[in-house]
Amino acid sequence: MTCDEAHPLLHAYLDDELDIATALQIEKHLPDCPKCRKELEAAQAVQRAVAQPAIYYPAPSELRDRLRQAIRSNAAEAETPPNAGFLMAWWKRPMAFSGLAAALLLIVVSVALFLPSHAPRGQIDELVASHVRSLEADHLLDVQSTDQHTVKPWFAGKIDFSPPVVDLAAEGFPLVGGRLDYLAQKHVAALIYRRNKHVINLFIWPGETEPETEATQGFNLIRFECKGMTCWAVSDVNAGELQQFVDLFKTQKAASTRS
Amino acid sequence: MSLHATTSKFEAAVLEHLDAAHNLARWLMRNDQDAQDVVQESCMKALRAFDSLRGGDFRVWFLAIVRNTSFTLLRRNKNSQGRAGEQSLEVGEEIAADCEIYDPQAIVIRAANADLVRRAIDALPEVLRETLVLREMEGLGYKEIGKIVGVPIGTVMSRLARGRMRLQALLMEKDQPGERKSTQEGNRDDLR
Repeated sequence: MTCDEAHPLLHAYLDDELDIATALQIEKHLPDCPKCRKELEAAQAVQRAVAQPAIYYPAPSELRDRLRQAIRSNAAEAETPPNAGFLMAWWKRPMAFSGLAAALLLIVVSVALFLPSHAPRGQIDELVASHVRSLEADHLLDVQSTDQHTVKPWFAGKIDFSPPVVDLAAEGFPLVGGRLDYLAQKHVAALIYRRNKHVINLFIWPGETEPETEATQGFNLIRFECKGMTCWAVSDVNAGELQQFVDLFKTQKAASTRS
Repeated sequence: MSLHATTSKFEAAVLEHLDAAHNLARWLMRNDQDAQDVVQESCMKALRAFDSLRGGDFRVWFLAIVRNTSFTLLRRNKNSQGRAGEQSLEVGEEIAADCEIYDPQAIVIRAANADLVRRAIDALPEVLRETLVLREMEGLGYKEIGKIVGVPIGTVMSRLARGRMRLQALLMEKDQPGERKSTQEGNRDDLR
């Protein structure tokens, strides 16, 4: 066996993953080849470095205890379908829990069922990701204009709805342009406003919604409805200023529609 | 099998491999809290799917769940930082031929410093790190690792070779490995 043949197999040899015939060929080659020997020894040294018990992370005992309890109390779920599991398991054996716990659960479940407006975590993350991406060079704007009458028609033909656009320069939130974005598997309109040095992205798509505020990773998010559209304002300005922006947007839009 | 018997069997199996699960999650997530969250979530997923295992290798199956749960969380964290694709999950599969081979004795001396070894492993790309952890710390074979990670055996082999080469270089670096990565944090501040 030549060095070129042996070389790629050294690690598999070290791991005892070669068939006997090939392993024997490597063993024959090694005494003649200082380069392969050195590489094998170096790999062995790395192997021992990684395998040393001092750097292993065993499960903490409180995690072990917590899981043991969780497995026991969740056992009933395992025999029901994953989606229905949570409700069914509790429903089937209501006596197993104190009245208070059952009542609390009922409240939580009914809130979850009857207020489906709470935005999923994934969507919040997607909005923030889109906002951050827009701040990277050359991605902020597709149409640059402070004129709402330029920005609004620009969307026509690119998306199948007409987003509400107002300029709030007089109020300290100048419109800087618009952009086509892609969120939740659909094209959405993004309007870009500035507040001093900060950027506010306003994502808009058709559909009714409930108001909601979120704060995550240093960004504030406010959801509101405007003219049958779902709007999400995302920015790193403080929550009060973002709310001020949202209020102005809604009142200005209402005013401009009346006139 | 009765529900009780299934639960007991599952509990015993999970607790037996809990150290391995936690160790893998901790090396992938690189912090205690995320590692514990991953293990807990994986455990609940495994409990719900335990019926589907049907006599397969529990350790491989459970570690695959831990591995996938970790990567889901890692991707989510990366996306929400707007840095998708940074420190790519994919690395070239070829074995670098021109890689420097270091003096084995010098590696042994450096390896006595557990903190240094820890930082060096942390600085490896995820796919190399997970392969090394499964091979050197859990003693798993190429076939089992391939099943957990979802790649062919040849890829396991080349990742191990690359991981060990890269780790040598990191251990032998004059400055502390991993410190160059701290620039990742600064970038978001620049944007704001």
